[in-house]
Amino acid sequence: MLYREAGQFKSSYAADMAIFPIRQDRIALLLLLAFAYIGVPLLAEFNLWPFRSDYLLRAILIPFLILALGSIGLNILMGYCGQISLGTGAFMAIGAYSAYKFTTGVHLPLAWIGEEISIPALSVLPSILLGGLMAALVGILFGIPSLRIKGLYLAVATLAAQFFFDWVFIRVKWFTNYTPSGSVAAPELKILGLTFSTPTERYLLCLAFVTVFALMTKNLVRGNLGRQWMAIRDMDIAAELMGIRPLYAKLSAFAISSFVVGVAGALWAFVYLGAWEPLAFNIDRSFQLLFMVIIGGLGSILGSFLGAAFILILPIALDQVPHALGIPVTVETVSLLVLIITGALICCLLIVEPLGFARLWSIAKEKLRLWPYPY
Amino acid sequence: MKADVELRPGRAGRNAVAPGEVLLSLEHVSLSFGGVKALRDVSFDIRKGEIRAIIGPNGAGKTSMLNVINGFYHPQEGVITFKGKRRHDMRPHLAASQGIARTFQNVALFKGMSTLDNIMTGRTLKMRRGILAHMLHWGPAQREEIRHREAVEHIIDFLEIAHIRKVPVGKLPYGLQKRVELGRALAMEPELLLLDEPMAGMNLEEKQDMSRFILTVKDTFDTTIALIEHDMGVVMDLSDRVVVLDYGRKIADGSPAAVQNDQAVIEAYLGVAH
Amino acid sequence: MLLAGQVLEVLLGGLLSGVLYSLVALGFVLIFKASGVFNFAQGAMVLLAGLALVRCLDFLTHHEFPAWAAVLLALAFAAAIMALTAYLVERFVLGPLVNQDGLTLFMATIGATFVLEGASQMIFGSDVYPLRLFPTDAWIIGDNVFPGGILINKLDVWGGLIAGVLVAGLAIFFQNTKTGRALRAVADDHAAAQSVGIPISWIWFVVWLVAGLVALVAATVWGTKLGVQFSITFLALKALPVLIIGGFTSVPGAIVGGLMVGAGEKLAEIYLGPHIGGGIEYWFAYVLALLVLLIRPQGLFGERIIERI
Repeated sequence: MLYREAGQFKSSYAADMAIFPIRQDRIALLLLLAFAYIGVPLLAEFNLWPFRSDYLLRAILIPFLILALGSIGLNILMGYCGQISLGTGAFMAIGAYSAYKFTTGVHLPLAWIGEEISIPALSVLPSILLGGLMAALVGILFGIPSLRIKGLYLAVATLAAQFFFDWVFIRVKWFTNYTPSGSVAAPELKILGLTFSTPTERYLLCLAFVTVFALMTKNLVRGNLGRQWMAIRDMDIAAELMGIRPLYAKLSAFAISSFVVGVAGALWAFVYLGAWEPLAFNIDRSFQLLFMVIIGGLGSILGSFLGAAFILILPIALDQVPHALGIPVTVETVSLLVLIITGALICCLLIVEPLGFARLWSIAKEKLRLWPYPY
Repeated sequence: MKADVELRPGRAGRNAVAPGEVLLSLEHVSLSFGGVKALRDVSFDIRKGEIRAIIGPNGAGKTSMLNVINGFYHPQEGVITFKGKRRHDMRPHLAASQGIARTFQNVALFKGMSTLDNIMTGRTLKMRRGILAHMLHWGPAQREEIRHREAVEHIIDFLEIAHIRKVPVGKLPYGLQKRVELGRALAMEPELLLLDEPMAGMNLEEKQDMSRFILTVKDTFDTTIALIEHDMGVVMDLSDRVVVLDYGRKIADGSPAAVQNDQAVIEAYLGVAH
Repeated sequence: MLLAGQVLEVLLGGLLSGVLYSLVALGFVLIFKASGVFNFAQGAMVLLAGLALVRCLDFLTHHEFPAWAAVLLALAFAAAIMALTAYLVERFVLGPLVNQDGLTLFMATIGATFVLEGASQMIFGSDVYPLRLFPTDAWIIGDNVFPGGILINKLDVWGGLIAGVLVAGLAIFFQNTKTGRALRAVADDHAAAQSVGIPISWIWFVVWLVAGLVALVAATVWGTKLGVQFSITFLALKALPVLIIGGFTSVPGAIVGGLMVGAGEKLAEIYLGPHIGGGIEYWFAYVLALLVLLIRPQGLFGERIIERI
């Protein structure tokens, strides 16, 4: 009853092509955005439930937003273009460390040319974007093998990137500005004259980034480039015979995906962690994003959000359950349990719906359209 | 179905070929894979505006022939001339941009996309707007998308598949999938359309529909067609000229009636009595 | 002669440690060859086998069983655990996913990895458990030719011998037995194999059981080398470059790949490492694999992928 489309006729192609063609969806989205941009800060300001402390903001919403952004980036590469990547963490690291170098001024003595490159310290926003750009450039480099190497073999190439950059950011002290401990701290977040220091302000900053990037990505994905990516994913030979250039399609997917992932990495370091070391972006991070994308749904922007929420919340929820039930368990047992249950849930989900939560969501919406009728 | 001016920009121009003249010619083309000789010294041509059938028993090399024209396989010997220019190594992308489109024996649609999206991919070569424009969508990219959407809707109307335009093609029955594939090839506005067994697996009604579409494509869309087909009735009815392959060699070439009565052709299909 | 001796020592050490990688890679090859599934859980299986073995062994020796009996019983126990695992995995993970594509199955094995890692540690404990099944000291040979002689680790040699026997056995199994042929059929096409009456459930159980036993063998060697602990699961990741170089479906390829990776790593670390900061072993194998792929996209021994339309 609520979700009927009856009466909603599209009289132009533009209306038909809209991101949310159904009016109820548009309303729901506006409500969600209103709550996210206005409701949450208000609740946090007055310490109302569930924002009584800033735990929810600091430890759940902010990482959720940033990881969702990272998942969107990975989804572009894996879900839309069909190229497996197990090295997402490395690209986040590139984004983070490049942004860090840009904020502290880049000084590169190239003795072998006799020149040196010196860039003054930039402010936060350009640094983050440039960090993404650096990640994009490296992404293109590691994307070149994808023209010859396919499937699981390509996964190994991305693993090479992961381990190589793990090593680079530890050994090459230039990236950490030669700090003795190897860990670095983010600068103060001053963007466009505003300072983002409280959790609420940081949350809004992340929200702004995610909204803009999600919109731009959705636009890309429903246009010509998105179709090219999906064509390459589904049947690259047929795509080539239709004039789609695999080189352009694959490298653009790597570039844009790495850009988004790089920006997410910079945000993770600057906004969430504050101070970090290379371990923050190791292979565990890559696998975390991989699961978010697979469980959320390959080839779906909404899926990236759903997957991020699930993978992030699951360990926290599982942590709370024994306490809530009053069962005394050690931290170690809980973490092992989390491991087991996560694995089991992944298997279950893959059996029930290999296309992830996004697909389950569309099925639910289908059923909602019919509700309260059974068919 | 009236011809739509929107769909036929600039067919005349550089390298334009007049109706009746040779559009594509293959001379002494030989192709082998390892030890297997798929094509041996095959020569024939395709004239603009005709429907050319390529027939032969299974394994004769017909699909390999199309793959060579497309640029997917590169012949070890021989010369291909398209629109008057010789091709040494036709790359698939080049073939597509020159105006060659095709359908496949085992439907090669993009299973993860809807009918509409599949056909829209056929417009890729004609879309000019870059990444930045697409990211912003509203503005030049949207206008271009709508323009091409209109062109694609004409094709959808023509092929009578409007009712399934949003359905993921993986869910469509086989006959409809073949129609969508034809639509995708037509979206490229090709000069030469290669159809690999378009009627395979269809019942009589579907074959009649498909034949109607093919004839309309030739007449109204002004497209030259090369067609691999096993159904002799279809071949006789539709085609202007026929070339027959057997074991990679050309064994006959001419009008349908002439080929039908050719002794070598009859032997190839029915076998020789010992 | 000192330099040559040194190179030889590093080379031999690398080759032998490479053979140990091959032991792990063999498990992957088996499962991939026989079911087309890339089993990410192989590393976790090594952990599970090792934990079962070492805990049972400790338990039995604690209860004063004679050494030879304890070892045999512990091996039997661990093998039984692997059989159980094979059954459970086939029943609950692979069976329901039988006709899905490779990526889905791969992800499912990652899920299985988590379950196995968590469960094995919960049941058997998560400390480091030393294992003493093979001698771990070293021989010094050739000290009349090279000053100081060449150090060869006895454990590595045992590992090499065992790997050789395994490879020979597996090669015979795949080529010459009915089950082996059935396994290859299943790898090619699940649905087709089912339609000619090959009982896929049973086949997959057999495959995972054999892979589990291979994991057990790997666990005995690696457990002695490193002690049985969680980080053994990372061997799975190290096996990947071995598989790339050797091809995913080739048993001899796994050996050759392992040799190349092992030798390459050690040589690079000693001779290249000091120039660029050390610690190269961490990524060298992967970059080597990447370079091999750029030249031959299907690995050195892999089957050439021919695309047809």
